[in-house]
Amino acid sequence: MVDRSGTPLVEMRDISVAFGGVKAVDHVTVDLYPGEVVGLLGHNGAGKSTLIKVLSGAYQGTGEIRIDGRPVQITNPRDARANNIETIYQTLALADNLDATSNLFLGRELVTPFGLVDDAAMEAECRKIMGQLNPNFQKFHDPVSALSGGQRQSVAIARAVYFNARILIMDEPTAALGPHETQMVAELIQKLKAQGIGIFLIDHDVHSVMDLCDRASVMKNGQLVGTVNIPDVTDDDLLSMIILGKMPGAAPAA
Amino acid sequence: MTDTTTQQVTRQPSRNLFQKLEIDMRLLGMIGAFVLLCIGFDIVTEGRFLTPRNIFNLTIQTVSVAIMACGMVFVIVTRHIDLSVGALLATCSAVMAMTQTQILPYVLDFGLNHPATWIITIVVGLVAGTIIGAFQGALIGYLTIPAFIVTLGGFLVWRNVAWYLTGGQTIGPLDENFRKLGGINGTLGETWSWALGLILTVAALWVLWTSRQARARHGFAVKPLWAQGVLSAIFAAAILGFVAILNAYEIPSRRLERMFEDRGEILPEGLTIGYGVPFSVLILIVVAIVLTIVARRTRFGRYIFATGGNPDAAELSGINTRWLTVKVFALMGFLCALSAVVASARLANHSNDIGTLDELRVIAAAVIGGTALSGGIGTIYGAVLGALIMQALQSGMAMVGVDAPFQNIVVGAVLVLAVLIDILYRKRLGA
Repeated sequence: MVDRSGTPLVEMRDISVAFGGVKAVDHVTVDLYPGEVVGLLGHNGAGKSTLIKVLSGAYQGTGEIRIDGRPVQITNPRDARANNIETIYQTLALADNLDATSNLFLGRELVTPFGLVDDAAMEAECRKIMGQLNPNFQKFHDPVSALSGGQRQSVAIARAVYFNARILIMDEPTAALGPHETQMVAELIQKLKAQGIGIFLIDHDVHSVMDLCDRASVMKNGQLVGTVNIPDVTDDDLLSMIILGKMPGAAPAA
Repeated sequence: MTDTTTQQVTRQPSRNLFQKLEIDMRLLGMIGAFVLLCIGFDIVTEGRFLTPRNIFNLTIQTVSVAIMACGMVFVIVTRHIDLSVGALLATCSAVMAMTQTQILPYVLDFGLNHPATWIITIVVGLVAGTIIGAFQGALIGYLTIPAFIVTLGGFLVWRNVAWYLTGGQTIGPLDENFRKLGGINGTLGETWSWALGLILTVAALWVLWTSRQARARHGFAVKPLWAQGVLSAIFAAAILGFVAILNAYEIPSRRLERMFEDRGEILPEGLTIGYGVPFSVLILIVVAIVLTIVARRTRFGRYIFATGGNPDAAELSGINTRWLTVKVFALMGFLCALSAVVASARLANHSNDIGTLDELRVIAAAVIGGTALSGGIGTIYGAVLGALIMQALQSGMAMVGVDAPFQNIVVGAVLVLAVLIDILYRKRLGA
């Protein structure tokens, strides 16, 4: 079981994001402890991705973000990276014209003493990490546009885990994957969890959330329906939270 | 997986000669087209096209457009466009013309042809170009006005700023030292040209060798030694051959006589001296090498290509794409100013129509050179080669005696055709 007695790794308090007049995220509070996987569930447009993009620096919201109990300002993706927050985006966010190595190190290139990028050293590192994640991966010199969905996904995952992430955000990491690769991601999540990394997992699939997560926060229409411990609920409870916006049990939360 | 390994084994032997040499097929196609073009014109003109004299002229005529095309590669790779380069060149040229013919000699009392004039003038011009470029880049990057609109506006603004600065007059003659950067008035001479050729050859071989070493050190596959040797030989032959041709263009004896008379000497019987590599070409070589390094081996270059490939991914990877846009356009402005130096020095005057239609030539050169308007793809050497092909086509047709309207019709058609071939080629490659 996850130890939730200490300070949470991440607290997002009272976060709101508005696009024009539309409140995409409406006063939502979630938290995440070390070594924990928190699932974020909800319909399309429920605000899961928007909420999480506030944490990864892609969007600006109101409210407070605390890392290790200490308030932080995250105004762009660079700030998020500086706080060891790594994100695997649903769109993967890969530069299609560059090869796997360049994508892995994008924004954080290794350089030689002359300040030039050290391609050979980066490729060696890339081969190392890909060897762990996806031993079949061989296309180190092709642009990532030439890779399969699963291969592209492993590049995106490698990028998130290579740089000693403490907080990992996975936005539908298995959406493009076959069963074999999905299993690989599940194993990876277990491994990262064991290392004490906190993971926010956005997923549509209630079953995979039941399998992988310790807790689940459900959103509907930009608002938080509630957060539940996975061992305490059934698939149907989660589904009714998603569809009806009702907390399971006697006391439904607003 | 087993099927992937067998695939690789069967694919290995079918790799052809060019793949073994690791030469870009696209580059090879362009060089092939250029060579065919030159040979074709040479046959039609009965050997007048491929003379040292014509190759020399072709080279110096290409420089101005080629320098700007190098910058345009970066602009287009980041999914922008710059329609203002010809106008910006005119403004920089006007600023420099006024600096060297009015402000320095008379206002600051340097007198004519002062030894510091040319360098001060160039610095002023480069600063002006960089600032204007950065300003346009800020409008595009931070205020998010489309580059097409900003530079279309710039096209009108800078063309007429140049007009206003000079009152529409042709300003000249320009400073004597400044004019040496135009081409025929300033060359390295035979000895220094050979020295340059040797330095470039050694540098090219060194780069080939060290990149091989770096790959071997990390245990990656390297091309066979014979392929490395062939490639090295081709590089060396190309560089030294180019120098030899430029050296073979001899200074006309009349002119040589005058040069000796100026120094109070008499031309020795039978002495001939070649021009060698012009300073303007040296500038282009330096620009092309530096920008190739920037594109391939610096973070700035990596970010330019990443932004062009997927702007959102670049932003999410922590790249400051707005500031990057400013830097790219500032570089473009700097290169426009550098082109203005070469162009006005070559003409020995600043004329009001300098750089007219250059924006189109520059964009065409970059596109013929393989830069994709959809962003993310392009090479510096491609752009230089593209500029060379365009100029060869233009001056070749002029030599053959093709009517002026037909010249432009052909150039326009070639531009469209080149892009079509490129699209078909990329489709076949599946890239």
